[in-house]
Amino acid sequence: MLELSDIDAGYGGFQALFGISMSVQPGEVVAVIGSNGAGKTTLLRVISGLLPASSGAMSMEGVSLRQTPPHRIIETGIAHVPEGRRLFPRLSVESNLKIGAFIPAARKKFEERLAFVYELFPRLKERRAQLAGTLSGGEQQMCAIARALMSGPKLVLLDEPSMGLAPVIVAQVFDLVRRIRREGYTVLIVEQNVRQVLKIADRAYLLEVGRIKASEPAAELVASDEIRKAYMGI
Amino acid sequence: MRVSRTALIGLPILIALPLIVHLLFGGSEKYYLHLLIQILIWSFIYTGWSLMGRFGLTSLGHGAFTGIGAYATVLLWNYAGLTPWLGVPVAMVIAVVVALLVGYPCFHMRITGHYFALLTLALTEFIRLCIVGLRDYTGGSLGTQPRRYGDGVSLYAMQFEPDRVLSYYIVLTLWLVGLYIWWRVDRSMDRFALDAASQDEEAAASVGINVTREKLKVTAISAAMCALGGAIYGQYQMYIGPDTIAGLSVSLNIVFACIAGGLWVMLGPTVGAVFTQVLSEVLRVSMQSSVTLQALFGSAVLALDTLIYGLLLILFIIYMPKGILGALLEKREKTSSAPTPPSRAVLR
Repeated sequence: MLELSDIDAGYGGFQALFGISMSVQPGEVVAVIGSNGAGKTTLLRVISGLLPASSGAMSMEGVSLRQTPPHRIIETGIAHVPEGRRLFPRLSVESNLKIGAFIPAARKKFEERLAFVYELFPRLKERRAQLAGTLSGGEQQMCAIARALMSGPKLVLLDEPSMGLAPVIVAQVFDLVRRIRREGYTVLIVEQNVRQVLKIADRAYLLEVGRIKASEPAAELVASDEIRKAYMGI
Repeated sequence: MRVSRTALIGLPILIALPLIVHLLFGGSEKYYLHLLIQILIWSFIYTGWSLMGRFGLTSLGHGAFTGIGAYATVLLWNYAGLTPWLGVPVAMVIAVVVALLVGYPCFHMRITGHYFALLTLALTEFIRLCIVGLRDYTGGSLGTQPRRYGDGVSLYAMQFEPDRVLSYYIVLTLWLVGLYIWWRVDRSMDRFALDAASQDEEAAASVGINVTREKLKVTAISAAMCALGGAIYGQYQMYIGPDTIAGLSVSLNIVFACIAGGLWVMLGPTVGAVFTQVLSEVLRVSMQSSVTLQALFGSAVLALDTLIYGLLLILFIIYMPKGILGALLEKREKTSSAPTPPSRAVLR
């Protein structure tokens, strides 16, 4: 579905990603794990087009995405839930969802999809008129995921969905991820909470200072001593 | 619902206004009509600016667009004999091209806030310097006049100033067109996109909004409206000067009036125009005719009205950030949704 080969990217003179090659198959949940500053967020920003790659090739279902601006990439079926949720705080929940359906193809199906995400996340329906900035952390994450689903994606990029949330809420957020997977979405998730994310992922890539160090089924990574020591504190 | 009811009562009054003025102020109706015409032209210009201003695009460059509108129209008429019916559209196109040339790099490189204000301020100054520099054509800092075409009103030359009542209806129409444009933008998906972009540009880009394009769209509309307003102003005044219709003072007046009236409501810029025009007029007349003040300050009294005007605007920005109309509507909403005073639980 999504293919990256030999991607380099960075900010100004600073290179953050070195020769990244990876792929995501339809129906999978793929995790990218790694410590702070490993380049996880940068990787997702490259995929959604917010940061153009400096070299390498990228394609979604065979369509090349090189030098494609974000508003074109989202049309190929990739939706990005950015780090820190990034809702529009002074707009209502429903307006946030409406903006999620901004691309022309999604505007036509707005009503239908709104009903769908409200069914998926009934809490949002209760809070539809509330300003997004006044939601609790967990609800904001729910709203951010729902906003991404409004564009009608096939692949959802999730950047640190557990960031800044209380442990109880973190478990709920991972439950949300399971729920959208069950609905048939493919998920690429970036997390620091390695233990939790490996429970829901099929495969994982380990990113270290901008390079992919390992790529294995999640179960094997969980069993690996190195990973357990370095990222799970066991 | 509220808007339509206001329109139902307000529009007939506005249409009958020349008659009312005639009945009330028979002797000096020309002066009062002049005041109304000024208010309506500036309301249109302010409304054009607020299309951008409400999304955090605080432009200090709109004095350039009104200047381009006025000067291009008059110069084309005076030197090329081009009727304003063609000159005004040409002027609007020039303003839009300038707006896009300045806007594209700004928006593409994500220049916002103070930097955007400063950059657009430079544009205003650049256009003013061009006007002053080309003094052989533009009359420099003294300004210039559209060449008269016969006596009185002329359709061909778009000269309508001798007939104040006609002028009033022309600018009333212009103002209504401005409100219609505001309403269309307000109801469009672009408004949502720009609202979103003004709150979080990256998040807006991540949901598929082409932020640069959306900003350019609204900038083009805004610049075109201000150029049209500037052109009509020139045609009505039959005089254009770099300080009256171009330059920084115009840019600043636009921003002040919009903030005073209210940025986020349709009639906010209009209320701002009424307020600033009436206030400066009242201050000017009362200060300059007061014998006491003249005895106290001598000729300095001539500048006193500007001083007080400036002071009031500062107070407005500090104490009424939502503007006159914004604050009034908010107050009304509060009283209608909560008929009883807030309970103690809320206060605590």
